[in-house]
Amino acid sequence: MGVFDDLVGQERAVETLRRAAASAAETLSGGRGAGMTHAWLFTGPAGSGKEEAARAFAAALFCPDRGCGHCDMCHQVAVGSHPDLEVVRPQGLSYGIKDTRQLILRAAGAPTLGRWRVVLFEDADRATEGASNALLKAIEEPPPRTVWLLCSPSPDDMMITIRSRCRVVTLVTPPVAAVAHMLVTRENVPPETAEFAARAAQGQVDRARRLALDAEARGRREAVLSIPASLAGVAECVTAAERLVKTAEEEAAAVTTALNESEIAELRKVYGEGSSGKGLNRGLIRGGAGALKELEDRQKSRATRTKRDVIDTALLDLVTFYRDVLAVQFGAPVELANDDRRADLESLARSATPEETLRRIDAIMLCRERLAANVNPQMAVEAMTLSLRWPVS
Amino acid sequence: MLLGMAANDPARVTLVVGDEELLADRAVGEVIAACRAADPGAEVHDLVGAKVEPGELTRLSSPSLFGGGAVVVIRSAQDLVKDVVTEVVSYAAHPAEDTVLVLAHAGGAKGKALADGVRKAGAHVVTVTKLTKPAERLAFIRTEMKRAGRSIGADAAAALLDAVGNDLRELAAACNQLAFDTPGKTIDEAAVARYHRGQAEVSGFTVADSAVEGRLGDALEQLRWALATGTAPVLLVSALAGGLRSLAKVGGAPRNLRGGQLASHLGMPPWKIDRTRKQLNGWGPEGIARALQAVAAADAQVKGGGADPAYALEHLIQTVVASRTGR
Repeated sequence: MGVFDDLVGQERAVETLRRAAASAAETLSGGRGAGMTHAWLFTGPAGSGKEEAARAFAAALFCPDRGCGHCDMCHQVAVGSHPDLEVVRPQGLSYGIKDTRQLILRAAGAPTLGRWRVVLFEDADRATEGASNALLKAIEEPPPRTVWLLCSPSPDDMMITIRSRCRVVTLVTPPVAAVAHMLVTRENVPPETAEFAARAAQGQVDRARRLALDAEARGRREAVLSIPASLAGVAECVTAAERLVKTAEEEAAAVTTALNESEIAELRKVYGEGSSGKGLNRGLIRGGAGALKELEDRQKSRATRTKRDVIDTALLDLVTFYRDVLAVQFGAPVELANDDRRADLESLARSATPEETLRRIDAIMLCRERLAANVNPQMAVEAMTLSLRWPVS
Repeated sequence: MLLGMAANDPARVTLVVGDEELLADRAVGEVIAACRAADPGAEVHDLVGAKVEPGELTRLSSPSLFGGGAVVVIRSAQDLVKDVVTEVVSYAAHPAEDTVLVLAHAGGAKGKALADGVRKAGAHVVTVTKLTKPAERLAFIRTEMKRAGRSIGADAAAALLDAVGNDLRELAAACNQLAFDTPGKTIDEAAVARYHRGQAEVSGFTVADSAVEGRLGDALEQLRWALATGTAPVLLVSALAGGLRSLAKVGGAPRNLRGGQLASHLGMPPWKIDRTRKQLNGWGPEGIARALQAVAAADAQVKGGGADPAYALEHLIQTVVASRTGR
């Protein structure tokens, strides 16, 4: 029992963190605390639970029992209300220098509850170069009780100067069996569904959870995986790309619209809309229009990012499909992620050479690169589907 | 002064509504000229809407000690503040004897209360909307020539419109110049060609059509024009992508669908399908695929992946034209 139990298949990292938490407690009671440092970089493939690990570590630092999982401190961390835990989650396309400077100022404060002040920076790879440079001094010599926890997919995503100032915790892709076990025991998912979801998600814990619990997510995955077999001609490629981009747009809109409206309504209220009384008019007070515009820009950036993330998930599903094709072609004795599409896999494996399959995987990766470089999604996806065209047998 | 006012004198209150600046200026100018013709000593007050203060209109329109009329012009009347709007509207209902008020309103929702109020008070309304259709612009060229006491043939007018572009001020200036420089009553195509050539405004779609139809020289020339007149490279890439996308869709459509059914299946209007059919001549699936791949690569280049967007576009057009499979 404890905060680290949620981390699936990360025994080595958990061991390191436990020891660090123990040393941290030692430091507080006046000891040397040799195993603790003030800057940590959590890295690992998508879905391996970097943020969860960092959060668990934060709880272990705050908790008098080093992460019991049921005291006030652990609970406050879990629900995100602990006053000494500052969680930074960049929502736009990037995290700028202006925000970073403000963050550094907040991080310099003394802890409210007397133990530690922890800044948890999720997706730290989204910080711009300027923002990373602004961070350097702050993470090299923070105040004695401040701890920085940065998360990024790989140490290479961070600038070398940041990397060299942090202690790296490497999380690994959890084994399928461990993920399936977690789904069965934690989420009460039937074993077959858990097995399927864990395999399809290829070690991404949160994706596995979503696939196991959300029928819509399963449906979307089905739709994406039916793409390869539908790409018979150029017209089909163009239509498939159009559909993929459109679905992503709709999904992003569903996520962001409700949020946008409530944010705008709130901001309008802050700027005095609908207020009455002497000296007030019904409209926005001075500066309101500018603030509203700024909020709209931020929301637009968030929508773009959501859309890109949705397309990216679809592309990764496609990659697993072609990886399976390659496995079949080589007769490799590995578990297939898309065992449910065996017929498609085998027919494609027969009609193409491994070189062609590799070239297709390259095309998907190129598409991801292009999306990251701000290429129009429809153009990038079209170019990809055209490279994936089903060979005419 | 009062005795000098004849029946064809300008209305006491004129409202010029619309967003076509040149025509609005002209309408205002006509009223001023008419007032001057009736009373050479009339004083003209030219005001800008946002700067008119309450009471200013009343002051300007009250009779002068020395006699003589006044013309008050308020431009950008949509920017008038609330108090002044009330003042102007109540003035419009009971205009002063020897003052002429001209309001230029840009149309639209801003300052709608003013436009409606003045209209209701019985002002003379002149509407000047932006010309959007080519036929309207051609008609504008013809009336412009008529004003100068000349006439112009239909071909010549079309050539002039192509060469000068859509801005009415520029068109008016070009007409004026032609009328001034050309002897003879009628202005023909040769006269236009002497001063104006080529095409002033090239949209991304023009470039895309030329490229898709395989006219490499035309496409490259139009590309240069488009870039030189400030069309964004991104728009050019997306126009090309759109053109090729239609080719792919129409080319791969089921053979048994016709007319309206086909249109709804493809989500394209029938006229576009017909045009795309003609363009399909000379294209094969491999070529379309290659061209679309080039489009994605060019988009990356235009958005900072390459050093020179213009080069990326030229290269793209060459690839697109070269991807046509013969014939």
